[in-house]
Amino acid sequence: MSGPMNAFGNDWPILTILTFLPAAGAVLLVAARWMAGAKDNPGLDRGARWLALAITLVTLAVSLVALGRFDASNPAFQLIERHAWIAGIEYHLGVDTLSLALIILTTALTPLCILASWHVDRQVSAYMALFLLLETMMIGVFCALDIVLFYVFFEGGLIPMFILIGVWGGANRVYAAFKFFLYTLLGSILMLVAIVWMATTAKTTSIPELMRFGFDPAVQTWLWLAFFASFAVKMPMWPVHTWLPDAHVEAPTAGSVVLAAILLKMGGYGFLRFSLPMFPDASAAFTPMVFALSVVAIVYASLVAFRQTDIKKLIAYSSVAHMGLVTLGIFAGNEEGIQGAIFLMISHGVVSGALFLCVGVIYDRMHTREIAFYGGLVNRMPVYAAIFLLFTMANVGLPGTSGFPGEILTMVGAFKVNAWAAAGATTGVILSAVYALTLYRKVALGPLENPKLAEIKDLDAREWVIFVPLVVATLALGFASTLATDFTRPAADQIVQAYQAAIAPVSAAK
Amino acid sequence: MMETVLVLAPLAAAAIAGLLQRYIGDKVAMSLTTAAVGLAAALSIYIFADLHWLGGEARTIPLFRFVDIAGFTSTWSVRIDALSSVMLVVVTSVSFLVHVYSWGYMAEDPHRARFFAYLSFFTFSMLALVTANDFLQLFFGWEGVGVASYLLIGFWYQKRSANDAAIKAFVVNRVGDFGFALGIMAAYYAYGSIEFDAVFKAAAANPGLIFQFGPVSGPAIEIICGLLFIGAMGKSAQFFLHVWLPDAMEGPTPVSALIHAATMVTAGVFMVCRCSSMFEMAPVVAGGVTLIGAVTAIFAATCGLAQNDIKRVIAYSTCSQLGYMFFAAGVGAYGAAMFHLFTHAFFKALLFLGAGSVIHGMHHEQDMRFMGGVRKAMPITWAMMLVGTLALIGFGLPLEQFKIGFAGFWSKDHIIESTFVAGESGRLFAQFAFVISLVAALLTSFYSWRLLFMTFEGRYRPNPDAHHDDHGAHGHDAKAHDDHGHDGHAAHDDHGHGKAHGHAPAPAGVAPAHESPWVMVAPLVVLAFGAVLAGAAFKDQFVGKKAAEFWGGTLALQNDPLAYPDKSHDAAKAAAPAEAHGPDAAHAAVATEPYAAAKPDEAHGAAAAHGEKGGHHDLPQWVIWAPFGVTLLGFLIALPIYFFSAGAGAAIAKATGPLHAFLFRKWYFDELYDAVFVKGARALGDVFWKVGDRRIIDGLGPNGVAAVARFSARQLRKVQSGYLYHYSFLMLAAAVAFGAYALWASGLVRIGQ
Repeated sequence: MSGPMNAFGNDWPILTILTFLPAAGAVLLVAARWMAGAKDNPGLDRGARWLALAITLVTLAVSLVALGRFDASNPAFQLIERHAWIAGIEYHLGVDTLSLALIILTTALTPLCILASWHVDRQVSAYMALFLLLETMMIGVFCALDIVLFYVFFEGGLIPMFILIGVWGGANRVYAAFKFFLYTLLGSILMLVAIVWMATTAKTTSIPELMRFGFDPAVQTWLWLAFFASFAVKMPMWPVHTWLPDAHVEAPTAGSVVLAAILLKMGGYGFLRFSLPMFPDASAAFTPMVFALSVVAIVYASLVAFRQTDIKKLIAYSSVAHMGLVTLGIFAGNEEGIQGAIFLMISHGVVSGALFLCVGVIYDRMHTREIAFYGGLVNRMPVYAAIFLLFTMANVGLPGTSGFPGEILTMVGAFKVNAWAAAGATTGVILSAVYALTLYRKVALGPLENPKLAEIKDLDAREWVIFVPLVVATLALGFASTLATDFTRPAADQIVQAYQAAIAPVSAAK
Repeated sequence: MMETVLVLAPLAAAAIAGLLQRYIGDKVAMSLTTAAVGLAAALSIYIFADLHWLGGEARTIPLFRFVDIAGFTSTWSVRIDALSSVMLVVVTSVSFLVHVYSWGYMAEDPHRARFFAYLSFFTFSMLALVTANDFLQLFFGWEGVGVASYLLIGFWYQKRSANDAAIKAFVVNRVGDFGFALGIMAAYYAYGSIEFDAVFKAAAANPGLIFQFGPVSGPAIEIICGLLFIGAMGKSAQFFLHVWLPDAMEGPTPVSALIHAATMVTAGVFMVCRCSSMFEMAPVVAGGVTLIGAVTAIFAATCGLAQNDIKRVIAYSTCSQLGYMFFAAGVGAYGAAMFHLFTHAFFKALLFLGAGSVIHGMHHEQDMRFMGGVRKAMPITWAMMLVGTLALIGFGLPLEQFKIGFAGFWSKDHIIESTFVAGESGRLFAQFAFVISLVAALLTSFYSWRLLFMTFEGRYRPNPDAHHDDHGAHGHDAKAHDDHGHDGHAAHDDHGHGKAHGHAPAPAGVAPAHESPWVMVAPLVVLAFGAVLAGAAFKDQFVGKKAAEFWGGTLALQNDPLAYPDKSHDAAKAAAPAEAHGPDAAHAAVATEPYAAAKPDEAHGAAAAHGEKGGHHDLPQWVIWAPFGVTLLGFLIALPIYFFSAGAGAAIAKATGPLHAFLFRKWYFDELYDAVFVKGARALGDVFWKVGDRRIIDGLGPNGVAAVARFSARQLRKVQSGYLYHYSFLMLAAAVAFGAYALWASGLVRIGQ
């Protein structure tokens, strides 16, 4: 096919611009550094920060323009760009409300990540370039409508992440990156094998066409497992979650934010985009297993979180527990579950991102994440303590914060399928309160006993700018969840209807 | 509009006071929140009057969509009906008085703006709870008051014990919420809606619905009500989930009065009453409610006997009285449960604020062993506490022609009599609850007089330990902490209201206390009016001949043991929303569904037993006089021990060693839960982390692979030695290799042809 096929007859390839604008910024940064004699200097560093911030803000603006051109009442893929690429693989972009929601989450959080990285002082231009490259990959994942293109973005995003952890990470970064690599590679290889098989069988690499292809139920099982290997690692699901705490602990603050807020969502996105639509029979057959793993993840990770001594590890384990709810909701396969899962992914993006930023605030000042080091911060940092409390409560799923609607909807969705799994998952309501409030008490409350904290400062202007949008988003989505769910409804309904229609004969046969 | 303002004004005030406290200052923050809650109180009283006397209609004002997925739809609403109007009056009037009182009580606290912001936020959450039109908004308010409670218990954040108590309260409530949330899910699963009227209607239409969960099956209505009741147990501190309430006394005393006595803890009772039409269809769960309520009533009363902390005695008393409300609801006397909720709010808030006045006057002494002789120093507080005590023990004369008594007399005696009638029809739990209700009334009388005597009478017993050793822990700023010894007194002097400051000479045997300022005393006086009059003034509406009209179908009164049968039947038929769950529906259930048959039959037996006139007329005289008798007995036992002799109480405590310890340690529940749940969670967490994650998953997974790899070639060792670029390269290489294979295999690219 030749020429852009834009749904609005507009020749502007907006998704391409959206996807590659950050990468262009990265190229610019590398070029600037090269012109500066391949050496860093303070001027270059400052320029790199501001340029990266500007690029990410423009990207955010472009994503909003895309939103403006998008017909949210239409469940189909829109803003399509489709070109022949190489060897039958197409350069095929398009979004529905699900992917657009996740793209906006990405473009909105990345500028905050750049701001949070303001005090990075080693190889700043390279750091910023990698971050921009990472943004391109993340947007690309959600835009891609060709399965090979998807794979390229999906795996390509790991490379900048590896390097960010490896170069700007903590003391144990090599072990963490190694673990990340091992897990991801295993999953990726299996998924790639499955992709190849699918492309050869269906004679297409187009995702919409593959959705309609209708794979033989017997083969679906194997394809489902291969994709599951990759997405389960990404989520991460129990028991392939152990890379996450290490990766979080070693990653720089902004890396943790992106990891928790966006990269983990690729697993959920994958389940919704591939597993359910393309392998519905296998999805239905494996639902009991996914439910079991999800409930184990919720209980297990919550209890482990309770015992952590490192703030980041604790939040990482809490992410594992929350992602258990996401998988539970997705495989419930009904509107409540899937809408809940999507909402929870968005909310978790905001809330866990904000929590890692909260850790970053005190890490920047004290250079430790040990819970025991802190205590009584509220005495010196009342604003910080208030914000940290809000996000703690959101993490606990308090109604009125964005954490709640997703949690209750996923549980409701699961309840309709299996009440026992829902009951198991609901224990998370208790356990999350235990670990989150204990953490808060240890860090923020009590007398300020550590003399090293005696002069710690409350939030500065830059940090205010970072947190205000996150606070607003958390409360707005908490009170009016319909802001998000009305938008994602067409895509979610499409997935639900197709899935229910596909498995209906199977259910009837039982 | 008016209704919306009523709910949102406290929220707006809380937000402004909380966020802008630095800029507007303490006085403005305090004035703003007090005014907002005062406005809410005025509007509530107007709405109550409008609804019941001026011909206003029950109405629901929708505001915005909270959650809307499939049938799981919650519209944020302000629901005004008979039930919510009662709660509105209770919540806003007590909250307003507590706000006013806190001007005095918290005058020295450096964080009082934050305190008032929390109080108003609590008020908003509670209003959202009681005006909910569906289960999800109810849950919002439910958790909102939980968070407000958490913040206020832990208000003095310097204090470890306060922080721990705050977490305990939140977590134990979450255990209840676990059940509540599942109850909501189950109701939605069964009836396809979470909106109250739709759920009640659907429940009445499908009384025989059976849940099948895997191998387990059971009647849906019982499962739903059972799960909802777990939520009520948590919020209302019922047996098993009561452990947080005594510890919650770590919070400032106005908080204890508002949240942990008058309003939040009664939310569970409110919820059961709101769902009364469902609980009426679930006889097994209703029996469980009766049993749990009765056990709580007696358990908490026994614990109250042995406590020395003035606030803890009142806390256990609250717990016990909540038990009364629950077993009243359990036997179908929802009007009586709400009546006791209503009167209790006044006299228990009065007792707590009175205790706070004593604590304030005694410079933060809370231990009654170190009080005594306070009456002469604080005569008004004493008088108000006396009124509160008389209301709590339900003092009154049940003469047939001339019934007279304090508020608690009307509501508590009505509960006791309802339970008796319910027990007459052969319901075992009701009989049990009746016996318990009398024993607990005896204990209530005893510990209430004990409190009053130990605190106000006899000679002052100074604390032998250093004075004010708990003052610093009170949570003032760390700086204030250092020199608190004088600081506190100086602050009192500033007020200029004290008669005796600190160690200033007091007459022999009189406590070195001072009467509290008028801003604290005035709310006591207002509440005292409620404690005296609320019962007699509203008995006809809540439980008497006007009850059916008053409740307007919001309560399921068809099985009320002491209902006025004729009228309630008529009214239930007349009230449109109640139609589905009126007596006719119950009869239909009998016909079609043998399962639901048990209770309506009993109820009819009960109705027959007390004849056409209803009311008290057919009750045996001994039942009518029994509460009076046990109350008097409690007084007569307390009198010689705590009034006429010094040290008799301590001697008895010593003599009864293990029994006293058992009661003092609250039946060792904390120790048990600590050993099982807290230590259990820690141990499990450690096992999962150190064995599960580290040894098994990592040991067999990445680390195991690494160990294997260590034996292989040098090249490979280099790969895992940490050059990330290599990993990336390997990754890309793998991708390219597979991509190449893909092209070849798909037949899109041919090699060598």
